[in-house]
Amino acid sequence: MSNTVFKVSKMSYNYPGGLSGLHDIDFSIRQGENVVFLGVNGSGKSTLLKLIDGLYFPDQGTIEAFGEPLTESRLQDETFAFAFRRRVGFLFQDPDSQLFLPTVWQEVAFSPLQMGLVREEVEEKTNAALNALGIEKLKDRVPYQLSEGEKKKVALASLLALDPEVWLLDEPTANLDPRTQDWVIEFILSLTAKGKTLIVAIHELEVAKVIADQAYILGEDHRLAAQGNPQEILQDEALLLRANLMHRHRHVHPALTHRHPHQH
Amino acid sequence: MSRNNFVGKTLAGLTEAIKQAIFAERYARLPGLLQGLDPRGKIITFLSLLIATAITRHLRVMALIYLLTIVLALASRIPLLFFLKRVWLFIPLFTGIIALPAIFNIVTPGQPLITLLTFAAPLNWGPFHLPATITITQQGLHGAEIFILRVATSVSLSVLLVLTTEWARLLQALSALHFPKIAILIFGMTYRYIFLFIKVAEEMFLARRSRTVGRTNTREQQNWLSSRLGFLLNRSYKLSNDVYLAMLSRGWTGHARFLDDFRFQWRDAAWAAFTIIFIGAIIFFGEMK
Ligand SMILES: Nc1ncnc2c1ncn2[C@@H]1O[C@H](COP(=O)(O)OP(=O)(O)OP(=O)(O)O)[C@@H](O)[C@H]1O
Ligand SMILES: [Mg+2]
Repeated sequence: MSNTVFKVSKMSYNYPGGLSGLHDIDFSIRQGENVVFLGVNGSGKSTLLKLIDGLYFPDQGTIEAFGEPLTESRLQDETFAFAFRRRVGFLFQDPDSQLFLPTVWQEVAFSPLQMGLVREEVEEKTNAALNALGIEKLKDRVPYQLSEGEKKKVALASLLALDPEVWLLDEPTANLDPRTQDWVIEFILSLTAKGKTLIVAIHELEVAKVIADQAYILGEDHRLAAQGNPQEILQDEALLLRANLMHRHRHVHPALTHRHPHQH
Repeated sequence: MSRNNFVGKTLAGLTEAIKQAIFAERYARLPGLLQGLDPRGKIITFLSLLIATAITRHLRVMALIYLLTIVLALASRIPLLFFLKRVWLFIPLFTGIIALPAIFNIVTPGQPLITLLTFAAPLNWGPFHLPATITITQQGLHGAEIFILRVATSVSLSVLLVLTTEWARLLQALSALHFPKIAILIFGMTYRYIFLFIKVAEEMFLARRSRTVGRTNTREQQNWLSSRLGFLLNRSYKLSNDVYLAMLSRGWTGHARFLDDFRFQWRDAAWAAFTIIFIGAIIFFGEMK
C-alpha cells in the first residue's frame, strides 16, 4: 500500500564471519506511526536500523520501502538513492560517526547540499535547523570539541535541515544528562506532532512508553520476541524479564509525564 | 608529571598538534599567500611540481623545488620549525631503510668512496655474488641523496597543500576538477579515520591516567601501549565503518558539494604563470645540461 513506509519479510542478516545479527524478522510500519524497538545490548537494534536505511542488505528475506523493493542494485541508481535518502534520515548511535566536517555549520548544511538545493535554500534550512535546536552559537565550532549532548544536538540539527519523512533514531537519549534527555524527548514528540514517522531503537522502557504507539521487542537470540501496543507489552513483566529488559528487583519507573525531581 | 610518563606526554603533545593543525584548520585560515589562492589552481600547480619532482634526475632541480616550498611556507605564515619537523621526522624512517642498501657497491656498483671490508676473493653462493671489497660508491651515495631529497620535496609539497587548504574546499576542488569519485571518497575517509584514531587514542590515555595512582615505569608503559594498540585499531576501524555508512545515509555519493564558489583571481593567474615559467625553466635548463 502507498502509506506503508517499511515492509520487512523473513529478514535475516549475518555479519561477515558468520556472526548472527538478526533472524527471521517480520514487521511493517505505516506512515505516521511511532515505533520503538526494544532490546538489550547486542540484540540487533542498530543492525535492524541500518538494514532498513539501505546501508546493509539482508542475507535472506526482503525489505520494501515506500512500496518498492530496497536492494543494493536499486540504490546504485542515483535518482532512486537520492529520493530514498531525502525521505529517510538516520541518527547514529555514536554521534562521532555522524559528524565529519570541520565546522558545525558545514555539518548541518551537508545534507541539503548533497540534495542539490540552491545556496539560499541551503543557508535558510541550515540556519533554521540550528535555531530550532538552540545551537546557533556553536555554528563555527569544530564538532570534535563539543560535549556529548551538544554533538547529539548537532546530529539532530543536521537531520532537521534535511527534514525527512521518516526518522530512524538509534538510542537518541543514551549518555545524556536527565535535562538534555527530557529535551530530546520533547524534540522527538514535536516530530510526532508534525506527522513524521519515527522508528526508534531504545533500551529505556520509560522513554519507550512516552514515545511509542507500537513496540517491538528483540530478544537476545536476535529474533522478534513480541510486538504490539506498548501499554500492554511494557506491562508484561514475564516478557520483559525474558528479554532481560527488566531485573526482578527493579520495577518500571513512572511515565515521564509524571516525573518529579528526585535524588538517588 | 614524572619524567617516566614520557609515552603519555609525547602522545598527548602529538595528538594536540595534529588536531590543531589539521582539524582546527589553524593554518588554513591564516591570511597567507597560499591560503588566498583558488584551490583548483593550487591542486593543479602542486601536482605539476610533484610530477617535476618525481621525474627530474638532477639534484639541483630538486633542491630548487625544495627551497621553493620553504619560501612558500614562510609566505603562508606557517612556522618554519613546525613545517621542517613535520617533513623531516618521517623521512629517516621511511626512506632510510630503502635508501641505505643502495649506497653500497653490492647494489650500486661504481667509484668507491669508502672501503668497508676486503675479502680474499669474491664470494659466490649459488645465485648470490659478493665482490671482494665492500665499498660505499659515489654513484650509490648520489642515488640515495636524490631519493631522500625527492621524498622530502614531495612530502613538503603535499603537507603545504593540505595545511593551507580547508578540507571541505579541497574535496570540492578535487570534485570540480573531475577527479575520480572513488579517489575523493578514499581521501575523505582517510581524513575521518585519522580523526577517529586520535580520538580513540586520547580516550584511552585519559582512561589510563584516571586509573593510575603513583608512578609506573617505562617498561610497564610500553607493555600497556602494545596491548592497547590492537584495541585501538579495532575500535577505530569499527567507528570508521560507521562513518562511511553515515555519509551514505546522508546522501553522499562521492560528489562533494559545498557552498562557497571558487573565484580565479589575478593572483591565481600570477601563481599559475610563475609555476609554468618555473617548470619551463627546469625543463629548459635540464635539457641543456
Ligand atoms: N560490525 C560488526 N561486525 C560483527 N558483528 C557485529 C558488528 N556490529 C554488531 N555486531 C554483532 O551483531 C549483534 C547485534 O549488534 P547490534 O549493534 O545491532 O546490537 P544493538 O541492539 O544495537 O546493541 P546496543 O544496545 O549495544 O547498541 C551483536 O551480537 C554484535 O556483537
Ligand atoms: Mg546499537
